[in-house]
Amino acid sequence: MPDKPDRNAIEVVNVSKIFGSGEGQVAALDKVSVSIRENEFFTLLGPSGCGKTTLLRLIAGFDFPTAGEILLYGQDIAPLPPFKRPVNTVFQSYALFPHMTVADNIGFGLEMLGKPKAEIKARVAEMLKLVKMEALAGRRTAQISGGQQQRVALARALAPQPKVLLLDEPLSALDYKLRKEMQIELKRLQHETGITFIFVTHDQEEALTMSDRIAVMSSGKILQVGSPWDIYDKPADRFVADFIGETNFLTAAISSVGNGKARATLKSGATVEATVADGFQPKDNATVVVRPEHAKLTKDKGDLAGTVDNIVYFGTDTHIHVHLDSGEAFTVRQQNSRSAGCGFERGDKVGILIGNDAAQVLRD
Amino acid sequence: MASNFSIKHQPGFTAIAATCFVVLYLPILVLVIYAFNAATSTSEWGGFSLKWFQSAYQNTQVIDATLRSFQIGAIAAVLSTIFATMAALATTRTASYPGLTFKYAAINQPLMVPEIVTAVALLIFFSRIKIFTGYSGLGYLIAAHTAFCIPFAYLPIRARLENMDLTLERAAADLYATPWKTFRRITLPLLWPGILAGLMLAFVISLDDVVITEFVKSGGQDTLPTYMLGQIRRGITPEINAISTAFLLLSVAIVTLFFFVSRKRD
Repeated sequence: MPDKPDRNAIEVVNVSKIFGSGEGQVAALDKVSVSIRENEFFTLLGPSGCGKTTLLRLIAGFDFPTAGEILLYGQDIAPLPPFKRPVNTVFQSYALFPHMTVADNIGFGLEMLGKPKAEIKARVAEMLKLVKMEALAGRRTAQISGGQQQRVALARALAPQPKVLLLDEPLSALDYKLRKEMQIELKRLQHETGITFIFVTHDQEEALTMSDRIAVMSSGKILQVGSPWDIYDKPADRFVADFIGETNFLTAAISSVGNGKARATLKSGATVEATVADGFQPKDNATVVVRPEHAKLTKDKGDLAGTVDNIVYFGTDTHIHVHLDSGEAFTVRQQNSRSAGCGFERGDKVGILIGNDAAQVLRD
Repeated sequence: MASNFSIKHQPGFTAIAATCFVVLYLPILVLVIYAFNAATSTSEWGGFSLKWFQSAYQNTQVIDATLRSFQIGAIAAVLSTIFATMAALATTRTASYPGLTFKYAAINQPLMVPEIVTAVALLIFFSRIKIFTGYSGLGYLIAAHTAFCIPFAYLPIRARLENMDLTLERAAADLYATPWKTFRRITLPLLWPGILAGLMLAFVISLDDVVITEFVKSGGQDTLPTYMLGQIRRGITPEINAISTAFLLLSVAIVTLFFFVSRKRD
């Protein structure tokens, strides 16, 4: 396959989708623009109602934008009906045709495209092998398990070799273990087929582990687009930091801003160095965020002082909830070791050390 | 306590249930038994005989009326099922809008308006047309039966459509099926059990109709039920029992057939 990493498969340009009219109208998407590169595993991530599924439906053609363009390799597909778009969807409910066999389901798209019978048969066999379902080709879709239905839905959507594959929360109906397996399986399929995947989920962990890039959405807008690392470690604003992983929020007085850094004086009186998000000019007071794993608990004096409220054991690590003397709450995550306990008890007076590079100043 | 409540174990339940079944089925059982009566009475037993079946079979009026019933029923069932399918598709495959409830009511009108009112209205309406066109064939009966069969065909089809996952049609469109192909390959096959149920129901309802048929029919257009009604006025012989028994067997056969067909489909 040709490797042109900077070619865009999909470009969403200023797309709005407004439901209803007059007083009751709701903007499900508000002037959204985003580019999705060829061959990438791109995730639309956000809480329910953020517009991620609406955007997916617009790309699939199940709905049409109120304004804006959707380009597929430079061609505007926004006005085309779904059956004229070389884009296929894996549905949340799988939507397998119950009156057809597994093989007929997989071959349906090719049949509708008018491919010759021999070609369909060969391609269906190839797809069955790709998703390891050869043994069940003749079964009705009601006679196979949820995980198997998921594989058939994938094979059916991949069989016509779409330019882009859309996945609408396809793993949400599976149990935890199966979901973990399918996450790896999806990555493998994307790698083997070289097809651009656009994946919709509300599960931040799923997004972080699978995606090449993630767009975080809220209230019909895209807040940030970036690699999982970018999104987690350099969140653009408070919402992103809060939605992805756990974060501590502290109010601080900001001074000497420059070079992407600032001095943040916390309520405790301690001053820490903090990174400032790109293009953000913080005012005198701002929110400073610190990830729980980037702070350290000490029995001596730290940057912050407080009392241990609660200790929650998670197997790999322990979360220690501290009630700061300033009134704010703060969580520290501490890696567990095999023999020793966490070293603290409820009610302990503790200090918190915020390392260099741990604090960030964010837009509210 | 509430979870332990079972209507089956309430006092009198068994007695009420038994009474209901007796009232429902005993008269039918008696009717069937007297169809095999050798005597001319419908209440005094005169030995076993098949002669009333033979006499009904040789009665050309009975055969004529039966064939006419089948003809009207078959045509009306097919037509009303086609209309009902279209109506069901149009009323379920759409977002709700003001006036939709009114359309449901309009489609189901024959279920709500007293049959006798419809019958009188049709009598007056059709007689005008008869005078105007001079046509007095079976068309009037077929039109009337088609109209009152539509809601019976509509209800099972609509129920089936409402239980059908709309995503399936969306998935077909996503896989390059045009709207027509989606209908042929996805909607119609999944709708079949509903359509068959509607067809059977419409046929049985048409076969059974008396009131509208009695008003709308022209001379010599008796269906089996109106013929039987006419016979009763002239005094009953077990021939009526024999015809009723044959009619009953036919209905049971249709329902049984439908049961097996629909079970195979699912």
